[in-house]
Amino acid sequence: MYRIVEAKHLADNIVRMDVEAPWVAKHCLPGQFLIVREDERGERLPMTICDYDRKAGTVTIVTQTVGAGTRRMAELQTGDAFMDVVGPLGNPSELVKTPIEELKQKKILFVGGGLGTAPVYPQVKWMHEHGIDVDVIIGAKTKDLVILEDEMKAVAGNLYITTDDGSYGRSGMVTKVIEDLAAEGKTWDVCVSIGPMIMMKFCCLTTKKLGIPTIVSMNPIMVDGTGMCGACRLVVGDEVKFACVDGPEFDGHKVDFDLAMKRQAQYKTEEGRALLAFEEGDTHHGGCGVCGGDE
Amino acid sequence: MAKAMKRVPIREQDPKVRATNFEEVSYGYNEEEAVAEAKRCLNCKKPRCVGGCPVSINIPKFIHFVSERQFEDAFKTIQESSLLPAVCGRVCPQETQCEGPCVMGIKGEAIAIGKLERFVADWAREHNIVPEKPNFSTGKKVAVIGAGPAGLTCASELAKKGHDVTIFEALHEAGGVLVYGIPEFRLPKEKVVAKEVENVKRLGVKIETDVVIGKSVTIDELLDEEGYDAVFIGSGAGLPRFMNIPGEQANGVYSANEYLTRNNLMKAFKGYDTPIHRGKKVVVVGGGNVAMDAARTALRLGADTHIVYRRSEAELPARAEEVHHAKEEGIQFHLLTNPVEILVDENDWVKGIRVIKMELGEPDESGRRRPVEIPGSEYDIDVDTVIMALGTSPNPLISSTTKGLEVNKRKCIVADDEGATSRKGIFAGGDAVSGAATVILAMGAGKKAAASIDEYLKTLD
Repeated sequence: MYRIVEAKHLADNIVRMDVEAPWVAKHCLPGQFLIVREDERGERLPMTICDYDRKAGTVTIVTQTVGAGTRRMAELQTGDAFMDVVGPLGNPSELVKTPIEELKQKKILFVGGGLGTAPVYPQVKWMHEHGIDVDVIIGAKTKDLVILEDEMKAVAGNLYITTDDGSYGRSGMVTKVIEDLAAEGKTWDVCVSIGPMIMMKFCCLTTKKLGIPTIVSMNPIMVDGTGMCGACRLVVGDEVKFACVDGPEFDGHKVDFDLAMKRQAQYKTEEGRALLAFEEGDTHHGGCGVCGGDE
Repeated sequence: MAKAMKRVPIREQDPKVRATNFEEVSYGYNEEEAVAEAKRCLNCKKPRCVGGCPVSINIPKFIHFVSERQFEDAFKTIQESSLLPAVCGRVCPQETQCEGPCVMGIKGEAIAIGKLERFVADWAREHNIVPEKPNFSTGKKVAVIGAGPAGLTCASELAKKGHDVTIFEALHEAGGVLVYGIPEFRLPKEKVVAKEVENVKRLGVKIETDVVIGKSVTIDELLDEEGYDAVFIGSGAGLPRFMNIPGEQANGVYSANEYLTRNNLMKAFKGYDTPIHRGKKVVVVGGGNVAMDAARTALRLGADTHIVYRRSEAELPARAEEVHHAKEEGIQFHLLTNPVEILVDENDWVKGIRVIKMELGEPDESGRRRPVEIPGSEYDIDVDTVIMALGTSPNPLISSTTKGLEVNKRKCIVADDEGATSRKGIFAGGDAVSGAATVILAMGAGKKAAASIDEYLKTLD
C-alpha cells in the first residue's frame, strides 16, 4: 500500500496529494508520470508527477474529478492509501536533459492550462533550481480554479495568470496572453505547453504562427503504461507513437490533436456523458480556460 | 494386458452455455478417469515424452503414481521439475511437445499427459499439498525481472538451491501473461494462477509488484547499489504490432494486448472500473493463441465474432484444441483473407473492414507457404470493433537502460542456450529473448538460466 501523507483540496474539485512511493521518488524527473490504482476494482490511472521529495520518498500528484475513477480518488483523505503506485513512467522532459549552459541561452515559455499547471510546476522548479528564469502562463476557467499560484510565483521568472471570465489576472484564454505578450515585444526560443488536448492544440496553432518550437505533454488513455497495450498510440508527423514509451512529450506542431481527442473520448458514450452531467452537474468542466467544459 | 487405444474423454462445458460465461471450458479428469487414463501408459524404458518437455518432467514416473492412486507422490515428482503444473496442464501445447512423440499415438491416441498433469496439480491444491522452503541459505541475492512464466520458474529453481530471490514485477499482480493475457475460461486466475504463485512464494521467493525495471530502478543499480549478485531478465514480449493500414487509429481498433488486459487483468468482465468496448460485431486479425483468446473473449462479451487470417487452416499457429473450441463456440473463420483497410464512419469509429482474398504461393523463410493477394478479390465485412493479434516487438525499456546488454537486429536480448547475456552476471530468457512464444518455452528458458545462475554464483565464493 502507498500511504497518502497529505491530501489537500486546492479548489472545488481539485485535490493535491503527497504519496509515499520510494521507487518513484528516488528516480523521477520532471516530465515523467506515474500510474495509481486506488483499490482492487480500480482503474490504472496515469497521473503527471507534480513534485517529488527524494529524501522523504514521496511524490505529489494533483487530480480533478472527471470520471468514476477520479471521483472516488478525490474522496481519499490524509492517511488513506493507494493499492498501487507505479513509476516513474515515460521519458523525462527534453529540457532537463539539455546542457545547462545551453538552456541559459534560451528564452523559455511554459503554458499550463487548468490541471496542466501541475505538471508544468516541476519543470519550472527544476529550471529555477538550475538558475534559469522562465516565463510562465497559467490559464484557468475562473479564479477559484487557479492552482499552485504561490508555488509557481516562487520559482517562475515572470508569471502571467489569466482566467476565461476575467475574474482573476488577465482576461481571456492562454493563446490571447501569448499573442499579447508577443505583441509587446516578448520572444521565446521554445514553448512547453501542458493542459487539456484542446488547449494544447490551440496553443500550438498560436506558437506555430509565431514560429516558436513547442513541446506538448500528451495524456491519452493508457492501461499498463509500459508499452504493452498500445492504447496510448498517437500520430506524430507520419509516425505512430506510443505516449508511454516514446513520450509523453512530443513536438506539438506535429501531433495530430484532432485524432488524439477523438481517441481520448473513446470510452465516453452518450449515455455516460449524460450520466456524468446528471451526477456531477456543474463540476464537469476542465477549468482549462479553453474548452468551455460543459457549456 | 492390452491397452485401450483411445483416450478417456475429457468433460467440457457445453459450447452454447460456455459461450456466454467465463467459467473454465474443461472440467478436467476426476480420480477414476485419471487412473484409467494413466493405466494406458506403457511406461516406456526410453520415454520419448520427457524429451519433448521443455522442463523435463519425469512423465512416466508421475503417471505411474497416478495409476497406483499415489497422487501425492505424482505431484512431488512433477514438482521436482515444475512449480506451475496446474498452469502447464491447461495451456501447454502438449500435442507438439510431450504428447507428440508418445508411442501410444502411433496406432491410437497419445496419453493425455497434459490432462493428467492438470489432474495431479488440481488434486494437490485441493488437498493442500504445498512445497516447503529449503532449510539452508547460500546468502546470495538474485533479482528476477518479471513475474511471468520465465521469471517464476527461474526464481523457484534458484530458491530451491537456497538463494535469496526477489522478483520485480511491473504490473500490480504477479503472473505476467498468465494474468493479463490468457483468459479466465482457459486458466482461472484465483483458483489456479494465484495458488501457483503462492507456491513459488512458499519457497522463499519475494515478489515486489509495481516496479518497472529500467524506470523505477535499473539493472546496474540492482547490481551496484542494491546488493544483488546476479539478475535474470524475463520481462516478456513487449509492444503490440499493428498492420499500418488506413483507418487503424480509429476508435474501436485495439491491440489484443489491450483488449485482453482490460478484460483479464483489469477484470472488465466482472464489472470493475476499467471499461471495455463491447462490440456487436468483432473481427480479430491473426491466427495464434492470442487471436483465439481475444475472439473467444469478445464472443463471451456478447459479440458476433469473426477471425481473419491470411494463411489456411493448416498454418494456423494456435493450438488445435483452441481452434476447435473457438469453432464449437460459434466463431467464424475467414481463412486466406487479409485486411487492407479499416473503414471508418463520420465520427472516426470503425464501421467495417475491407479484406482481400489470398492464395498460398512458394514457401517463405519460416517454411510456410507465403500468402499472396488475389487481385480484385476485395470485399467488406461490417464490424464495429477490430482487434489486432499480430504478435509483439521487444520492449526497449530494459535494453536501452542497461549498459552493454547486446540486442539482436530484431531488438530481442541476446542470450545463449544457457541464458547468459553479453553482460557478466546478467541472464535472460523467455519472450524477451525469443520473441513471442509459449508459456512452457519461457519456463524451460527460465529453468536453464537458473542452473547457469547457480553455477555463476558458485564462482563468486
